[in-house]
Amino acid sequence: MLKEIRIHGRGGQGAVTAAQLLAHAAFLEGKWVQAFPYFGAERRGAPVKAFVRISDEPILMHSQIYDPDYVIILSPELTRIVNVTEGLKKDGLILMNTTKKPEETNLNGQRIATVDATGIAIELGLLVAGFPVVNTAIVGAFAKATGEIKLESFLKTITETWSGSAGEKNAKAAELAYERLIKEW
Amino acid sequence: MAQTVIDTANHIAAYAAKAARVQVIAAYPITPQTSIVERIAELVENGELDAEYVRVESEHSAMSACIGAAAAGVRTFTATASHGLVLMHEPLHWASGSRLPIVMPVVNRTLGPGWNIWADYTDSMSQRDTGWLQFYCADNQEVFDTIIQAYKLCEDERVLLPVMICLEAFILSHTYMPVRIPDQDKIDDFLPPYKPKWFLDIDNPLSHANIVSPEWYMEFRYMMQEAMENAKQLIPKIDKEYGKYFGFEHGGLIDKYKCEDADLILLTMGTIGSESKIAVDNLRKEGLNVGSARVRVFRPFPKEEIRKLAENTQMFTTIDRGISFGMEGFLAEETKASLCNQEDQPLIAGFIAGLGGRDVTFKNIEKIAKKSAEWMRRGRVEKETVWVDLRE
Amino acid sequence: MVKLMVVVPKTRKEMPVTTLSVPTIGSAGKTGFWRDFRPVVDYSKCTGCTLCWIYCPDGAITRQEDDSPKIDYDYCKGCGICANECPVKAITMQREGE
Repeated sequence: MLKEIRIHGRGGQGAVTAAQLLAHAAFLEGKWVQAFPYFGAERRGAPVKAFVRISDEPILMHSQIYDPDYVIILSPELTRIVNVTEGLKKDGLILMNTTKKPEETNLNGQRIATVDATGIAIELGLLVAGFPVVNTAIVGAFAKATGEIKLESFLKTITETWSGSAGEKNAKAAELAYERLIKEW
Repeated sequence: MAQTVIDTANHIAAYAAKAARVQVIAAYPITPQTSIVERIAELVENGELDAEYVRVESEHSAMSACIGAAAAGVRTFTATASHGLVLMHEPLHWASGSRLPIVMPVVNRTLGPGWNIWADYTDSMSQRDTGWLQFYCADNQEVFDTIIQAYKLCEDERVLLPVMICLEAFILSHTYMPVRIPDQDKIDDFLPPYKPKWFLDIDNPLSHANIVSPEWYMEFRYMMQEAMENAKQLIPKIDKEYGKYFGFEHGGLIDKYKCEDADLILLTMGTIGSESKIAVDNLRKEGLNVGSARVRVFRPFPKEEIRKLAENTQMFTTIDRGISFGMEGFLAEETKASLCNQEDQPLIAGFIAGLGGRDVTFKNIEKIAKKSAEWMRRGRVEKETVWVDLRE
Repeated sequence: MVKLMVVVPKTRKEMPVTTLSVPTIGSAGKTGFWRDFRPVVDYSKCTGCTLCWIYCPDGAITRQEDDSPKIDYDYCKGCGICANECPVKAITMQREGE
């Protein structure tokens, strides 16, 4: 079993950290994992991709991911400048951070799920240098949307990565996103 | 306590430096190695690594600082990439000529212009004449293990040459994968403290790197060549010993996969070597007898291993992540040179792929193998060097 | 404590791994023969400023108890820097005898 995830974000939003959280949580569940970024311009705000592979066997592949099972979009404006659904498998799943409902997005996909991760971040005061931290929310939403990784694994990863109140807030973001995810299938 | 961590190869390299108990680190940043020296800074700051951390003003200075430290008899470390590596070209020669056992990760990033931060082997290959040993890694575990093995190897008095540990930009350096970090007590057992053969000492003053006339110079160079030959013998032994201690080995000089009955062997390096294994398995399902031989050590070049592989196969296909302008790919050239004057001369086809970080997938590799197999059936290589997926 | 060591290896096996040197007086032989002119000190003019001792590039001048210079003519190459630097012109360069 090999599952491939592609994450679209802008530099500074935590796309790379999101990939690491996904990998780490899957690892806690006994999987072999790999997570890596693809940078364009090395600058905050520039479009960034991050990739995750989750497998039952050791991963020998190091090339980029061309036909992901899951696409995560951290910033809805990206859909105007990047072909975010390129290569997505026919039965693939899209998860986007947006205030819109799935049917209101004009994404090309069979299964679309949305969550207002930015709203959750602002609600909990999860801001770094003014940027809402959406990655911990999004992984909670991922758990609900795909069932691929359990929410508990994400919560454990989050509290291991950030201690004290930061850990609690980020864990809360994941839980809220899990509850508030909207999916249309 | 042994533990499994998930981290990038850069951070893993930092943990290896800590596990090796390095005593002096010279640090200068360059994308994409910076997180190595940044992580080490954190480890020194919080007391996990007891070492001197020297912030220098350029890579030329970084290597010079390492030369100073190693000449004073301590275990030393720095890291670089690309333009930084070539900026230290002069002291690279100095380090090897002084016979100093410095270990340095090189995060392979190509050279500009055109300005490019992504992976290919031009940087370290352009330094293959400097007298440094060169290892090329295919995954994060290998990066950790090879750094530990490298200190044991290069501090051996039969070697005493510095070592580059090469890992591809972003594909390994920023890629987050699980790595088993062994128990520190066992590492200390495997890698005892450095015992220098000579060192700068104010109580017994000496200097090194002195002038030497034509009457004596050649012999000093011959001894460096001998050290390379000794390293060729020691590398597989140390890898096997490491395997016994810690459960991980990486193939010694060449990591071979399904080569015993292969008609066609893909000669590769680094992560392309890892991805080749997938291509090999897929092609075998289609009835093509392919094998993959990942050259792990480029200096000293494993001539004898290449010759042994040549005995039982019809064709070698080299995949080079770099080019020596005016000649061919580095691996292609050296493979051909190794087989000169030998009885067993397989056909050799050279492919250039992945320059400047262009992605090389197992599908690309399968196409390369199938093209080679076509030539193998016709008995001749139709095009000496093929650039993969080039825009017309 | 300077260890005097002059070892010329007879075979390659006896050579050190790299070009190491220890402090050795006169390892290039008695270079006094390289002189055309020799520095001569007029001790009545010497003020003991020690500049000649500091400037001598070959360490051929030793500083005596009274800070005046003692020139080692076995190794002095006659470069003339001491004479040039002496602020009271106590040192003059004189043609080397045959």
